[in-house]
Amino acid sequence: MLEDLLFQLELGLPQVVLGLVNGAFYALLSLGLAVIFGMLNVINFAHGAQFMMGAFVAWMLLNYGGIGYWPALILAPLIVGAFGVVLERTMISRLYKLDHLYGLLLTFGMALIIEGLFRNEFGSSGMPYSPPEILSGPPIDLGFMFLPKYRLWVVVAALVMSLTTWLVIEKTRLGAYLRAATENAALVQAFGVNVPRMVTLTYAAGVALAAFAGVLAAPIYSVNPQMGSSLIIVVFAVVVIGGMGSILGSVVTGFGLGLVEGLTKVVYPEASSTVIFVIMAIVLLARPAGLFGRA
Amino acid sequence: MPQAEPLLKVEGLQAWYGESHVLHGVGIEVRQGEVVTLLGRNGAGKTTTLRAIMGLVAKRQGSVRFEGQELIGARSDRIARAGIALCPEERGIFASLDVTENLLLPPVVRPGGMDIEAIYTLFPNLKERARSPGTKLSGGEQQMLAIARILRTGAPLLMLDEPTEGLAPVIVQQIGRTIREIKARGITVLLVEQNFRFAQTVADRHYVMEHGQVVDAVSNQELAGSMDRLHAYLGV
Ligand SMILES: Nc1ncnc2c1ncn2[C@@H]1O[C@H](COP(=O)(O)OP(=O)(O)OP(=O)(O)O)[C@@H](O)[C@H]1O
Ligand SMILES: [Mg+2]
Repeated sequence: MLEDLLFQLELGLPQVVLGLVNGAFYALLSLGLAVIFGMLNVINFAHGAQFMMGAFVAWMLLNYGGIGYWPALILAPLIVGAFGVVLERTMISRLYKLDHLYGLLLTFGMALIIEGLFRNEFGSSGMPYSPPEILSGPPIDLGFMFLPKYRLWVVVAALVMSLTTWLVIEKTRLGAYLRAATENAALVQAFGVNVPRMVTLTYAAGVALAAFAGVLAAPIYSVNPQMGSSLIIVVFAVVVIGGMGSILGSVVTGFGLGLVEGLTKVVYPEASSTVIFVIMAIVLLARPAGLFGRA
Repeated sequence: MPQAEPLLKVEGLQAWYGESHVLHGVGIEVRQGEVVTLLGRNGAGKTTTLRAIMGLVAKRQGSVRFEGQELIGARSDRIARAGIALCPEERGIFASLDVTENLLLPPVVRPGGMDIEAIYTLFPNLKERARSPGTKLSGGEQQMLAIARILRTGAPLLMLDEPTEGLAPVIVQQIGRTIREIKARGITVLLVEQNFRFAQTVADRHYVMEHGQVVDAVSNQELAGSMDRLHAYLGV
């Protein structure tokens, strides 16, 4: 019985490794949500749409401008981040004095509008985007499986980006401003810090993280207007499990749940698409603030 | 004798929290290098006066002139940059920042503030606890940190809101020494106090507030002769 299970696991190891790739996206997206929530107290429901925009901007840069993957990896987050600046300045910032719920409703509405506009323009069938040459070619032999180079790159890039974000927030002067403003924004501003500008840039940074994930995703998933909305539902579950607003929590939970999902595919495939929601329900009952959240 | 314009001149200052009208035309002047206190009972409007000067009360009217510059309509970050620093009543130490990070948080607004070494000399405890989370300090240490933090900024006017509240006598004495040291450096202080005996040991002049207005002003020399009057105001 046990041997059976072990054998099954060994056969299934590739699935588990691939789960790590999904986990990379969960981690990056929930990280952006955590950054935004910590500072703005807004649950950014437009996050999935901004992820999708990142992929589309990379696609457009290539097809309209001849600009390839590597520049797009930097340009697309900047462009979508700038779009985030406009959204925050013109709309979201008007809602800070009201209940959180309004920010959530506003960003939810924006997500629907953005998706609708893209569907109108590009249709809902996916468009291909190939990985850069250096990351194509034959997969890497890990001994127990062949892993496409590009997927390995996604995991590494997400890890590096998560670690960098964590370091900036925990170890730098800018991060100290962010943490302090999360606790008491009025006082930080009364010390002479331009807090409204910091809030705008934080939103832009969170949005840029989503767009970065979108560019990473473009060669894996086909580029289509729905690619964000299907992923973001799972990401919100990840955020609930990790604890809203915790930076480290979102990264660890993101990768962890990707692994759990992969593992479930091996052991009990029927449950693989629901396992995260089951965990969410259990966490909500046992520890409503999330695994890493402060109650 | 014609006098230069005071460093801070507040006239007809009114402030509201939502619908509730809290300040009804406060007028005070603080000259360069002075230590001036605001005395008054609980709820008299002392904290609100400091917060309104600092731009932290959304609805306010009247005039706050600092170094000749009108600040009544300015945002709090601009007021800080103009050279006014607040040490709030609740101290405002950040739990997610360690002592050093708390100390380095307020940006320097003018040259001439204390550097970190001078601050550690003045407050050796803070050096020992440099890596502890800000809110793990004792009440007295947190108060030291809250004062030290704004000494770094070089702001020429410090507003301290009840720095001795709830602290042991030794700590109160240390805060007294600190305020005299601040004054010796030529920094101007507007101090909110309920501890009248303490105020007497550090201040040049006193204003008394009642119901959101300034109702009396005495110099420290006149204080002894005005005791009965002050006791009546302060109910001590
Ligand atoms: N955030 C607030 N919202 C509404 N009313 C407030 C608020 N803060 C203070 N008040 C009211 O404004 C009045 C003045 O309060 P303030 O805090 O300025 O008094 P204070 O002189 O500093 O008193 P204390 O000595 O107790 O610190 C009080 O009646 C108080 O109840
Ligand atoms: Mg007060």
